[in-house]
Amino acid sequence: MAEYTWPEEGKRKHIGKRISRVDGPAKVSGKAKYTYDIIRPGMLYMKVVRSPHAHAKIVSIDTSAAEKMAGVKAVRVIQGPGTEIRWAGDEIAAVAAVDEPTAEDAARAIKVVYEKLAHFVNEADLSAAPAAYRRQPTEQKKGDPEAAFREAEVIVEDTYGNDVMCHCCLESHGLIAEWVDDNNLLVHPSTQAVSGNGGELARALQIPAGNVRIKMDHMGGGFGSKFPIDRWGIEAARLSKMAGGKPVKVMLERDAEMAVAGTRPSAYAKVKVGAKKDGTIVAWESESWGSGGPAGTGMPPYPYVWQIPNTMTRHHSIMTDVGPQRAWRAPNHPQACLVTMGALEDLAAKLNMDPLDFVLKNIEMTGARSGVYRDELLKAAEMIEWKKIWRPRGQGGVGSSGSLKRGLGLSLHTWGGGGHASNCDVTINSDGTVDVKMGTQDLGVGTRTAIRIVAAETFGIPIDMVKEHIGDNSFPSSGSSGGSTTIGGISGSTRRGSIDALNMLFEKIAPSMNTTADKLEAVDGTIRVIGSPNQSMTWKQACAKLGTQPITARGKNPGPGNLTSAGVCGVQMADVTVDIETGVVKMNNFVSVQDCGLIIDMKTAESQVFGAMIMGVGYALYEEKIMDSQTGRMLNPNMEFYKLAGLTDIGNFKVHMMTGKGYDERGPIGLGEPPTVSPGAAISNAVANATGVRVSTLPLTPDRVLEALAKERRG
Amino acid sequence: MHKFEYASPKTLDQAVALLGSNWSEAEVLAGGTDLLSLMKDFVETPKRVVNIKDIPDLKGIRMVRDGSARIGALATIDQLIDAFGKTVPAISDAGMGITSPQIRSMGTLGGDLCQRPRCWYYRAGYGLLAKGENGDALVPNGDNRYHAILGNRGPAYFVSASSFGPALVALKARILIHGAGGKREVDADKFFVAPTSDSGREYDLRPNEIVVGVSIPSTLGVRSATYEVRQKEALDWPLAAASVALKMDRSKKVTEAGIALGHVAPTPWNAAEAASWLVGKTVTEDVAAEAGKIALAGAMALSRNAYKIQLARVAVKRAILKAAM
Ligand SMILES: Cc1cc2nc3c(=O)[nH]c(=O)nc-3n(C[C@H](O)[C@H](O)[C@H](O)COP(=O)(O)OP(=O)(O)OC[C@H]3O[C@@H](n4cnc5c(N)ncnc54)[C@H](O)[C@@H]3O)c2cc1C
Repeated sequence: MAEYTWPEEGKRKHIGKRISRVDGPAKVSGKAKYTYDIIRPGMLYMKVVRSPHAHAKIVSIDTSAAEKMAGVKAVRVIQGPGTEIRWAGDEIAAVAAVDEPTAEDAARAIKVVYEKLAHFVNEADLSAAPAAYRRQPTEQKKGDPEAAFREAEVIVEDTYGNDVMCHCCLESHGLIAEWVDDNNLLVHPSTQAVSGNGGELARALQIPAGNVRIKMDHMGGGFGSKFPIDRWGIEAARLSKMAGGKPVKVMLERDAEMAVAGTRPSAYAKVKVGAKKDGTIVAWESESWGSGGPAGTGMPPYPYVWQIPNTMTRHHSIMTDVGPQRAWRAPNHPQACLVTMGALEDLAAKLNMDPLDFVLKNIEMTGARSGVYRDELLKAAEMIEWKKIWRPRGQGGVGSSGSLKRGLGLSLHTWGGGGHASNCDVTINSDGTVDVKMGTQDLGVGTRTAIRIVAAETFGIPIDMVKEHIGDNSFPSSGSSGGSTTIGGISGSTRRGSIDALNMLFEKIAPSMNTTADKLEAVDGTIRVIGSPNQSMTWKQACAKLGTQPITARGKNPGPGNLTSAGVCGVQMADVTVDIETGVVKMNNFVSVQDCGLIIDMKTAESQVFGAMIMGVGYALYEEKIMDSQTGRMLNPNMEFYKLAGLTDIGNFKVHMMTGKGYDERGPIGLGEPPTVSPGAAISNAVANATGVRVSTLPLTPDRVLEALAKERRG
Repeated sequence: MHKFEYASPKTLDQAVALLGSNWSEAEVLAGGTDLLSLMKDFVETPKRVVNIKDIPDLKGIRMVRDGSARIGALATIDQLIDAFGKTVPAISDAGMGITSPQIRSMGTLGGDLCQRPRCWYYRAGYGLLAKGENGDALVPNGDNRYHAILGNRGPAYFVSASSFGPALVALKARILIHGAGGKREVDADKFFVAPTSDSGREYDLRPNEIVVGVSIPSTLGVRSATYEVRQKEALDWPLAAASVALKMDRSKKVTEAGIALGHVAPTPWNAAEAASWLVGKTVTEDVAAEAGKIALAGAMALSRNAYKIQLARVAVKRAILKAAM
């Protein structure tokens, strides 16, 4: 039986090298077609009537005027009279028309009468939450926190948190649905779940799952918000049916996207944490709350990473009349990390300890992988020149001048990852080319590139001899891209399928080489007898022997051999300058040190970390879903006042990936989430170090920075 | 977007004739970077759109030997930056603060001066003065973090969005206007007004008048600067800004001063008292800071924007220091 392992370090030809993503040229030249770009013949455009109220009951809906309009092909009520609406922007009715303006006019011609009900949309102040919007608080206790606090020699207490934010996928949610005949639906969605969406649609439309074909070549970002096919997707399919099967396109307008297509929940916490004089952390207590919309939100894992012996937590899940939360990269971790690492940094400051020393002193409390954290902390400290620049809180790091105060902050994080279930068909053709078919998706992260690298590595051929076929649910099913499970899943299935296909090829040609399959290896475009490289034939000659019968093997994950594992650690350090006259925070340098097992492509791995850091600067400094208590509506559902970090805002990034012994043998582990966890904490801590005050809530906007400084002055 | 009639006149008189006698009838279209968004969002719904980009009289920037300049309303933001980068930094700094290359390339001076407020209630369809269903003002009780701190006793609470406006006020420029009744000129300071009704405008134009250009008095010997307090460098609005124009004698004493604030009031805010206080002083950090305090003496915070008072003081201080440098 074949052995399913990864090649050793010296033997890797592609794995771990810096390979540009294979779809890069198509993307930069505009040839890559995103769902948004697709125009199908005879396509209709869908527009949705949305509730202007955050909380209301639908009294009546009159669609007659819309139905009569020229160019309108189908009108549907989505939520009928009597329905209670729980967020502004929720879908009430939909129309499909020959062009976008007509559809928009028709949607505006639909008359909906609402009975307005009282709403609640801002949960930052816990005491303001009406009883009807609170769930019973949950409490957890470990050890003896009361006693531990009594014995603690230094205690800090403060509030930490972050507001609700949006995913801001550059390509909004949406799809094109068309009935190719009475029973078969073809859908081009923008999705994180190519293999999963078909069944979901089929269930809603009550047709066999096999009758829904999903196709997607490229998509413009999901970040956890694009798993479901969504109500608007199902409605597009229904409108298409009503319009005789014509393709119906729905892509959310930016304001709708930001109102209804997902948020990252808020998290606020009053924290008390205590230590011995020598810096040993002994106790934690937190009272936390937060909201992810109508269903509230669970407690992030407080305290985060640190296994503090005595803890007590109390959490309030608050419901709001705001569009519901969806997974956002590393759900709950960024919030938990900010609250925990913020409180620990404040504790270190009160202990008059350099937080780096403080964290290293307590590092055993991070558990089984504390050695990795230690190595990462030391590496990051070297990269950011921690010992050279860092000064005690409020003194201003080296390089401060006038009102410009420099500060450093650090944070650490973890994530699971692991490989999802994945299947693929690997085909070796007689011309030597290889095809890998898999019902996965490339969210822009390099999935295509990774498939090619793994297959080419296994066959000992250049990566351009491999072609990956993805984004189609008629290919072997592969998991949704979430939880940083894709690289493990697709690498595992591709590797196993490729090893099996190669063995089938070996079986086929071994007789002609006077040997047996188990004696052969594929290296540098040749197939040769292990130990006697002269007994060889080229890859192409070998494949030519297949004649008209290509080889296909099914690769699976999970499967035989330990190809992937789970659990990573990361450390980030931020270097900021704060203008204490204006409260404006600028990024100088930002360092990320991360492990993720065996790296398939160093370039796309680093790119993942860079992307996470950019998003991290965004949520640390700028991003907030601003809700108006009076109207119950979002005030900044646009890219103008919902502020994202631009290139001139992010400063310099440095990334270091942990590789080699201790890392590589774990196999590839996902990287989509971990580096997004720490930025808020690292940047918040850097601002605290620079200014001498804790700005309690992200984003760290000038008003909040100035207010924190003023509060300190008032004493 | 509602259906509208589109006209592309070749002369000013034709253009003026195509405009209506009420604001709801017609809108002038220059670069379109603001108007089209307003129309797409149904915030403004003109029946006719009058494109002025084919009118030659409105183009070009003319520098006169005496140091004065005449700028056509269609001069783009990029052209202004190029033309005044060396001589009148108050203008070019303001232009550079419009941080979108696409908007700098399409947006025009006339459009910048006549652009509509970015108040998020206005842009969401609650009217220029942002009133709720029962007629109460939304801004004072709502989220006013980006709203006015000066001239904010109502009914207008938004801030003037124009970054060139304050520079022109500080430079004592005049706005050149052409209408059905002929030509007229008005001081930049007087051109901007706080509207008192939803159907009003934030500037002194009649519905059938067009801004044809701006004349800038001689800037020989004038040191000018604009300083913006911005949270983000990329694609973002200033939180507060100040433009300053100074003349100084040999001993570095200020002999003439103009100071105007941007993004803090329903109009560019002429800080005349601070300017006259500055005259006769030698610019130091303390003097500049004091001028900032004087400029903001009458400021009043709404519920969420007290921080802007501090930012505006800093903007004045830093603009003075930058100009005097
Ligand atoms: C993200 C973003 C950031 C921005 N930041 C800034 C900033 O920091 N500072 C700043 O000043 N601006 C900023 N802008 C606004 C930008 O400068 C304006 O959109 C632009 O200047 C408008 O010029 P335009 O020629 O495109 O005007 P148009 O969109 O064509 O017209 C705007 C308005 O002016 C009227 N109008 C135009 N020309 C005339 C004329 N000659 N006579 C009478 N009325 C006229 C139109 O009828 C319309 O009501 C920003 C815009 C965006 C989207």
